[in-house]
Amino acid sequence: MGTFSRLYGATGWLALGIAALVIFVLFPVLSLAVPPDSAFHVSSYWVTLLGKIMCYAIVALAMDLIWGYCGILSLGQGLFFALGGYAMGMYLMRQIGGEGQYQSDLPDFMVFLDWKELPWTWWMSDQFWWAMILVVAAPGLLAFVFGYFAFRSRVKGVYFSIITQALTFAAMLLFFRNATGFGGNNGFTDFKRILGFTIATPETRMALFAITGAALIGTLLLGRWIVTSKFGRVLAAIRDAESRVASCGYDTVHYKLAAFTLSAVLCGIAGALYVPQVGIINPGEMSPANSIEIAIWVAVGGRGTLVGAIAGAGIVNGAKSFFTQAFPEFWLYFLGLLFILVTLFLPQGVVGLARKLRRRWSGGAA
Amino acid sequence: MSSNALAANEGGAFSHVASGELDATHGVVLYLDDLSVSFDGFRALNRLSLAIDLGELRCVIGPNGAGKTTMMDVITGKTRPDSGTCFFGQTIDLTRLSEAEIAHAGIGRKFQRPTIFEHHTAFENLELAMKADKRVRTTLLARLSDAERDRIADMLRLVRLGDAADRVAGLLSHGQKQWLEIGMLLMQEPRLLLLDEPVAGMTDDETDRTAELFLSLAGRHSLVVVEHDMAFIEKIARKVTVLHEGSVLAEGAMSQVQNDPKVIEVYLGR
Repeated sequence: MGTFSRLYGATGWLALGIAALVIFVLFPVLSLAVPPDSAFHVSSYWVTLLGKIMCYAIVALAMDLIWGYCGILSLGQGLFFALGGYAMGMYLMRQIGGEGQYQSDLPDFMVFLDWKELPWTWWMSDQFWWAMILVVAAPGLLAFVFGYFAFRSRVKGVYFSIITQALTFAAMLLFFRNATGFGGNNGFTDFKRILGFTIATPETRMALFAITGAALIGTLLLGRWIVTSKFGRVLAAIRDAESRVASCGYDTVHYKLAAFTLSAVLCGIAGALYVPQVGIINPGEMSPANSIEIAIWVAVGGRGTLVGAIAGAGIVNGAKSFFTQAFPEFWLYFLGLLFILVTLFLPQGVVGLARKLRRRWSGGAA
Repeated sequence: MSSNALAANEGGAFSHVASGELDATHGVVLYLDDLSVSFDGFRALNRLSLAIDLGELRCVIGPNGAGKTTMMDVITGKTRPDSGTCFFGQTIDLTRLSEAEIAHAGIGRKFQRPTIFEHHTAFENLELAMKADKRVRTTLLARLSDAERDRIADMLRLVRLGDAADRVAGLLSHGQKQWLEIGMLLMQEPRLLLLDEPVAGMTDDETDRTAELFLSLAGRHSLVVVEHDMAFIEKIARKVTVLHEGSVLAEGAMSQVQNDPKVIEVYLGR
């Protein structure tokens, strides 16, 4: 029995194969090869929207790993996402070079603030490899240090949710300040190039889309590998009866810390993929409401299922982009209503509903 | 902190604890001396002293609030004593170890309410409890060997769950849950087993089987059983300790203890 059969059965791998085909073949063909006047052409609007939703789906998977499997409701995931985004954004700002409005080597907002040189935080920021290290290290280190103190002090349940919420709020206030050196409330935008490629061309957008798709599939398989391992069974046991796990001889602090840090790193990667596609990153991403919304995606999709997290991110964000265009003032009411309905009637989320229906159908057929 | 020590002798006791391995050369596995614990002025343990011999099956009885559970909490590191000493063998000072370290050192505890992992199968419950290197990295890459599978299967048979290996533990009967928890304890290969009301809620038949199991375990393991069920105690008791208001009131054979006037007054005579 190999790793393949441990992760998914035949139908699961087939579904994953089809998803990969759609992301890596169908979409590129429909977007790049099919002429724009054809009915089958996929416009860059859709490529960007779906790319963005795939980034959110990675965040939802990361949330499901710690909340659905380990019982830690972190309401600061948006901060880790934003940190990954800012790390990538710094590199993209440097790639603008002298093409900014002020034609300076410094990013525009620094010229505007009359700064003469880059602050130390921007060290090596013109190097892509350094940006990649930051994308992983910034959220990972923060989660590790913060989680170490929180878990060691046995901060649990709603208290952990509240302090992570406070953390992201504090970071948002910090990033709003111009003096912090990350563009204040405007953040970073007006990106021109990534690795020398012009960022706005359909080809670059499609490449970013495909990389995001690969990251999403990779995250799903990694998550599945984790939850089907003994480590994953320990995480679920911590969720259900933490003190019993400790009396079995496991140091639960280490386990929670590993899960929390991994989750933060995954959020950071998602943020780094998000920023070049959406073209902006600002402190608004760190607002507490954003992090709460992440929890709602997972609740809607179904906690502790992984696939549900992806479905939830897709459903809620699909609905969001429809509502914010059609009835912008009703979106928050709809989101609140959705959360209440799911909590009351679908405790297992959409995936739980699908499982129930399938059981009923197969039961009726027999 | 402890990971390096663990690496040095995988899955075993912790080498940073004096001499590491349980040293019971003098025949005493657990030694409590002059232990006191207070909660908000209430003295849960009051200069309690107690010694358990290697391979002994000791029964501890006492009315509610006598300090039985607090004593277990101190031994397992859940509660720190205000004063007094608590040694596992000659060398391991339990008051200085964490819960996880104490479990590794070889003390297993069964709680009053069966606490098993309700969403895991019976098999997985035993897998998680099994004695192994329990650090994060090894657990992430762990694969069950055939020998380990056999051990789990043997244990499932011993605790009469051979047919329920793949059943989700939450769906087991109350008695089965108690047995599964005993099985989980045994998977850790403890030198000392603490059992808090192990037959609560069991049927008469299950109680009899539990008594048989405990008697067969004594000798290989040291057992401390806290129980209210006098019929059960009479079945297994060799030496009985009566606790009252946080200290030892009487100690001896069941018949001896039952006829002790002090015991009759506070406990049996009510």
